[in-house]
Amino acid sequence: MELNSHIPAGPIEKKWDAARFDLKLVNPANKRKYSIIVVGSGLAGASAAASLGELGYKVSCFCFQDSPRRAHSIAAQGGINAAKNYQNDGDSVYRLFYDTVKGGDFRAREANVYRLAQISVSIIDQCVAQGVPFAREYGGTLSNRSFGGAQVSRTFYARGQTGQQLLLGAYQALERQVEAGSVTMFPRSEMLDLIVIDGVARGIVTRNLVTGKIDTHLAHAVILGTGGYGNVYYLSTNAKGSNVTASWRAHKRGALFANPCFTQIHPTCIPVSGDYQSKLTLMSESLRNDGRIWVPRKAGDKRSPSDIPEAERDYYLERRYPSFGNLVPRDVASRNAKAVCDEGRGVGETGLGVYLDFSESINRLGKHMIEDRYGNLFEMYQRITDEDPYKVPMRIYPAIHYTMGGLWVDYNLQSTIPGLFVIGEANFSDHGANRLGASALMQGLSDGYFVVPYTVGNYLATTKLAPVTNAHPDARNAVSCVEQSISKLLAIKGKRTVDSFHRALGKIVWDECGMSRTAEGLTEAISKIRQLRDEFWSNLNVPGSAADLNQSLEKAGRVADFFELAELMCIDARDRNESCGGHFREEFQTPEGEAQRDDEDYSYVAAWGYRGYGNYPELSKEPLEFEYVHPSQRSYK
Amino acid sequence: MQIKLKIWRQKTAKERGKFDTYEVDANPDMSMLECLDVLNEGLMQQGEEPVAFEHDCREGICGSCGFMINGVAHGPQPATTVCQLTMRHFKEGQQLVIEPWRAKAFPIIKDLIVDRRAFDRIISSGGYVSVSTGSAPDGNAIPISKEAADESMDAAACIGCGACVAACPNASAALFTGAKMTHLGVLPQGVPERHLRALRMVTQMNEEGFGGCTNIGECTGVCPKAIPLGVIAHMNRDYLSGSWIERDKTVAVLEPTSDWT
Repeated sequence: MELNSHIPAGPIEKKWDAARFDLKLVNPANKRKYSIIVVGSGLAGASAAASLGELGYKVSCFCFQDSPRRAHSIAAQGGINAAKNYQNDGDSVYRLFYDTVKGGDFRAREANVYRLAQISVSIIDQCVAQGVPFAREYGGTLSNRSFGGAQVSRTFYARGQTGQQLLLGAYQALERQVEAGSVTMFPRSEMLDLIVIDGVARGIVTRNLVTGKIDTHLAHAVILGTGGYGNVYYLSTNAKGSNVTASWRAHKRGALFANPCFTQIHPTCIPVSGDYQSKLTLMSESLRNDGRIWVPRKAGDKRSPSDIPEAERDYYLERRYPSFGNLVPRDVASRNAKAVCDEGRGVGETGLGVYLDFSESINRLGKHMIEDRYGNLFEMYQRITDEDPYKVPMRIYPAIHYTMGGLWVDYNLQSTIPGLFVIGEANFSDHGANRLGASALMQGLSDGYFVVPYTVGNYLATTKLAPVTNAHPDARNAVSCVEQSISKLLAIKGKRTVDSFHRALGKIVWDECGMSRTAEGLTEAISKIRQLRDEFWSNLNVPGSAADLNQSLEKAGRVADFFELAELMCIDARDRNESCGGHFREEFQTPEGEAQRDDEDYSYVAAWGYRGYGNYPELSKEPLEFEYVHPSQRSYK
Repeated sequence: MQIKLKIWRQKTAKERGKFDTYEVDANPDMSMLECLDVLNEGLMQQGEEPVAFEHDCREGICGSCGFMINGVAHGPQPATTVCQLTMRHFKEGQQLVIEPWRAKAFPIIKDLIVDRRAFDRIISSGGYVSVSTGSAPDGNAIPISKEAADESMDAAACIGCGACVAACPNASAALFTGAKMTHLGVLPQGVPERHLRALRMVTQMNEEGFGGCTNIGECTGVCPKAIPLGVIAHMNRDYLSGSWIERDKTVAVLEPTSDWT
């Protein structure tokens, strides 16, 4: 398929202005005649639904949780980037743009990233106006901290709960529109299919998670803000409910899926402690500002950390990357943690952990200062591990945290299905092969508040859409597909639970398509995934019925989609014969063990088309051109 | 460690519920919810329906989870949600009585899951600053003292889990409602609507069937985010002055519903 990214012509700093002028407008009196579906109520979905409601469109917003405020954006801890340059430390829109393109290892679209950096400043203003209680200096101005992958302080934060506060801001804006009557909220409703009529997205099929009722919702445009697919790994920092189902079912209806193998492993999570473990807990990257990462110099050193003298410690990030030190980007920090653990120098019972030590900062700044900055994170760590990080160093290990891949979108955030827009983590666009810390919140809100309200308007103003009803054959077909897949899951009546399959699938994907990958391992993973999938469809046990609240059934549908996605991830990872960002192929590394990109052959977005289960997907390539930031080997030394 | 779980089972809102007793082999490092996962895996292997409970982020921030453990909302560990409550806080062989939030305004949906949409309607009725996208001044245009920002943040930390309502003998939502009013009311951005907000939110809260506050303080005692009781004083103050200042305004309410169709 020919992919047209619709990037406006002209110099990069003028592109978004030019686009905004060229985008057609909908007359204010006509807006209420258009209905728009927004699926997902996280930062992207809630901000889009609220903004579109404010403009006067008729919006329906769906989430599977009991309230839009639960969306997983709420768990983001560290902060949100913006090129405000309040610290007078040399930041600018261009520098944020530059850092993000470089941080993404030159696999993101320049024009999108520049727009993101431009919009970043308005996001902060908007959130402050909503009453987001950002951290302040004594003089009353906004406070900033630094984050991985940047040498300036541009991260705005609200204690360790920045995502929560930004989401509550968007949620409150959304609830204001609910009260105004412009947004109708559908909680406990899960999107299970996309309705495509005459080649354009016209609605969705949902299941009411309380009554089990299958409903058809039609509209003039559909926006997915349904988040990432990190839960394919089973153990991840994602919420238990986070899933790929909405994106995947849109993919099966024709939306291309881009760069599925670009997944982010976050370096600072609490290590796994047992097989009952249901999820991994992130410790904000901001901790790396004041914590020093180390392991013992000697392999197999089982002494307690306080007994290991300075000279026998290896502060490996500071040693290998003197200019960025502990603040190297996430992919680099994660890979190095894995490397030292593979050498047998890992700490803790399992040997899969490294120390994050605050003793020097506590001595230098005082305990109260550290408490002020990270108090809630320290408490959380202690609650989970029963260890006091003010006294003993934290133990951390990388875990899956974010997925840069997602549905392919053009500059207007429209997928390959006209009328289907994809925003936030669910799309693939802005982070390339590695996302920098504090950039996810920025992207979600940028897409929702400031991009999609314009581009959806343009779509509606320039497209003639015939009226449709629930009785349309394509709508009825989507409903019957959903009903059939639910009955199929319930009819298996096998022996093995959904979680047990999910756990097994996650282990395959983590082992072979996680922190490091090989062509051979990926090929093997694909056959293992297929085998397990066959067992899933013949030996799954879903108790209960489809006619009431049934959490096993919900999970089963999601895991069924994860199986198919997992295979695509491995295919994509195997097809990309280079290492870049979070995608590290062991065959392609520099003599120092850093990622070795191949710009000649792989400077493109890999967008995959679905061709039926079991058939090799169709690859379309969007070439990436770098006019402003010239690809170089990323160096943080 | 062996733990006895006496859990409330109720198939739907309309059917009668009852307690069932189970034994689980728990690990002291697992969370309360992981303990229920283990129980559920076992139940499903025996062909029984698992215990339905609400959960999502499992790191204490989304506010999805919550139930009573031996009569205490979120269990014995202060300032901790059940997803972060580890089993090491219980004794070998201990019996835990687990039941859903009990309040008229939170009807039961299934087992431990209740309907908390009343909270969304309280926010909808006025828990926001009326600023549409695009109309904001520069973030530093209005200085806010660190103290005000901190006080606001203390209240804004509320996760909307509903423990305050479940713990209150009156099933009052005063802590939840007061927290939002304090979060917005101590910031200059929230001041213009402060009084009308109080009037509208309190009216909606009363409409939902939550009880009145009689200053018992159970709510703050069980709150996983330790929201201070002072937010209720803030609410009462704003409501009192709002009732006078905004006396000419009519306050509409959103229709409470427990219907899911």
